[in-house]
Amino acid sequence: MAGTRLLELRGVSMAFGGLSVIDGLDLHVDEDEILSVIGPNGAGKTTLFNLVTGVYEPTGGDIVFAGESIKGLEPHKITQRGIARTFQTLRLFLNMSVRENVMAAAYGHTKAGAFRSILRTPGQRREEREIRAAAEQRLAFFGERLTGYRWDQPAYSLSYANRRRLEIARATATNARMLLLDEPAAGMNPKETHEITELIAKLRDEGGFTILVIEHDMHVVEGISDRVVALDHGVKIAEGSFEQVATDPRVVEAYLGTGAAERK
Amino acid sequence: MTEPNEQQGPRIGKDEWVARHGDNRDRRAGVAGTIEERLRNVPWWAWLALFTGIVCLLPIGFESGYVRRIAFDTVIFMLLALGLNVVVGWGGLLDLGYVAFFGVGAYTYAFLSSDKFDVHLPSILTIPLACVVGGVIGLLVGLPSRRLVGDYLAIVTLFFFQIFLTVTNNGENLFGTDVTGGPNGIINVDPLSLFGRELPVSADGIFNVAYLYVALGAFVVVYVALRLVDRSRTGRAWRSLREDALAAELMGMPVSWLKLMAFAFGAAVAALAGTLVTALNGSVFPQSFEFPLLITIFTMVILGGAGSQAGVVVGAILISVLLEVLREPGDARFLFYTLGLLGLFAAFRLSVRLAVVLGGTLVFGLIAHAVAGSVDDAWTAGAGGDGGRLADWAVHWVIVPADLAAWVTPVSYIGLVSLTLVLTLLRGWTRLALLVPTLYLAAFVWENVMLPKPEPTRFVILGALLVAVMVARPAGLLGEKRVEIV
Repeated sequence: MAGTRLLELRGVSMAFGGLSVIDGLDLHVDEDEILSVIGPNGAGKTTLFNLVTGVYEPTGGDIVFAGESIKGLEPHKITQRGIARTFQTLRLFLNMSVRENVMAAAYGHTKAGAFRSILRTPGQRREEREIRAAAEQRLAFFGERLTGYRWDQPAYSLSYANRRRLEIARATATNARMLLLDEPAAGMNPKETHEITELIAKLRDEGGFTILVIEHDMHVVEGISDRVVALDHGVKIAEGSFEQVATDPRVVEAYLGTGAAERK
Repeated sequence: MTEPNEQQGPRIGKDEWVARHGDNRDRRAGVAGTIEERLRNVPWWAWLALFTGIVCLLPIGFESGYVRRIAFDTVIFMLLALGLNVVVGWGGLLDLGYVAFFGVGAYTYAFLSSDKFDVHLPSILTIPLACVVGGVIGLLVGLPSRRLVGDYLAIVTLFFFQIFLTVTNNGENLFGTDVTGGPNGIINVDPLSLFGRELPVSADGIFNVAYLYVALGAFVVVYVALRLVDRSRTGRAWRSLREDALAAELMGMPVSWLKLMAFAFGAAVAALAGTLVTALNGSVFPQSFEFPLLITIFTMVILGGAGSQAGVVVGAILISVLLEVLREPGDARFLFYTLGLLGLFAAFRLSVRLAVVLGGTLVFGLIAHAVAGSVDDAWTAGAGGDGGRLADWAVHWVIVPADLAAWVTPVSYIGLVSLTLVLTLLRGWTRLALLVPTLYLAAFVWENVMLPKPEPTRFVILGALLVAVMVARPAGLLGEKRVEIV
């Protein structure tokens, strides 16, 4: 573990009108780390993702990625700097082919404009070949599931689990350094959940991605996390190893209600 | 692991069933199936070349200037449909100001090549300049609307369209100077000039076919260029934006800029079409860019299949030719009955029910005609329109009174619409039974009400056709089926 901070949130706050969703949150993700964010529904986990990726601009505090502030940047600029995400409710380009979904995500780090495309310049053709090869390689990361005949199938024909995989492949194709995975195991059966656990570790070890993940399945969280952060009502209530966080009275209370920890 | 073979069938769980979905697809047997398969493998440029060749040969077969002029107009519509397809089909942006860009091209050409300001640039300069002006204005219109989607965008673009009409209509006194000539437009616009030679708009008193070739050339260039853009990084980004703008933005695509580009590309193509029309007409008037034109272009794109280049071209040809054919009562009548028969065939195939409906309608008509004739000769004494044998036959089957009472028109019209609506609610034999008088009433309305008034009839038929196609193929004739919610 490199130990250098890749992403750092400094006192980040977010309020919608008078409703404070995130309040003075300090959080950091080290390079090559897998950090899990847990917390009950409504704790502000997805809002945290939306803040980091620029969907919302924080009402207070600062977000620093790779040493530079990314607060207030447009989402596509943030992605081009190296943060890509998946969505809790899948948002694939359903009527495009599997391969095109992944190729489209290469937009940010490729150059050929419309006029070069019309002229089909050698540089444009080379770039197009590279995008295609890279996309197929990204898809091959998931074994046979998204390769071969699947390349040309529309994304809507995929099963739920494969759609989740395709979303991850699409996020990696932006050439990001850091992946934000929003509930990657949601709606998967136990076998698929187990696969996802292995896959996330593989994304870090072989893909070299730093990963910030929101997950409700505690087996997955236990299996992948270097560190866990628990949120409740937009405030960090616990941070540390999985064991530390899972046994923290405040976390138990947030999930099970007041007094649950004492009765236990 | 043994290789799966035909006996074992595809292994479930390895997605092999899906892998073989191609084999599971319905495929017609015999020669028809082979031809279908071969046709599917013909590359797009071969179709384009074939189509261009046919249009090039058209003037040989048709001497009349009228037909050639219609061919030219159709090519212009094809260009307009291609441009709108970029914005609506690929970008998914509802641009109701599109016709204004057509007008911008037309007026730019007129400004740069007419006596109006005494500027006479050669077409080789004017046309690209007009495209650039169109594109830049497209960009400017897109600028305030780049954060808008759907209905909001539609309203803003519609507003721009209205501004364009207001400015051109009142442009004879724009801050004290005459710019657009107002309702009188700009006349004495130069014809196209290529390589130092002027292209006269008429040769030997009829439409100069060179203009058709110029328009066709422009069409081929635009078609190929747009296709190349579609199969590139930009095209993928446009389609991503159409599918899910937020996801596209978060995958590193600058959505605002992509929208502006879609607007600019569409506007440039529309402006190109505008220059060609103005050069041929030798004049430009604000009345040429009104709302019905916008609806017509949208109809072409939607009917052909938004998003499919070949589709919108087919849509443009169909609508443009159809609107012309419907001007001529004889042709219109032929088209009406043919479409009716084809519709019945499509609905019932070759079945007993088809025979029942056809036979029933025929007998119903003969009886109704005989009864009406025996009551009063005048009820069936109408001449019907001109139009050859079909007309002769029609007046012996459909009741065509010599004098149509004033109440007949609205009653029969409203009756037909009501019966059609009731039909959609019925099932089984009651539906067939009601279909017979409905068909006869349709023929009655056609012969007595619609044929004598070709101008509104054209658009009524167009609307009915659009409704029918949209019910049968919601994605348009050649549009790919799209899944919105899964």
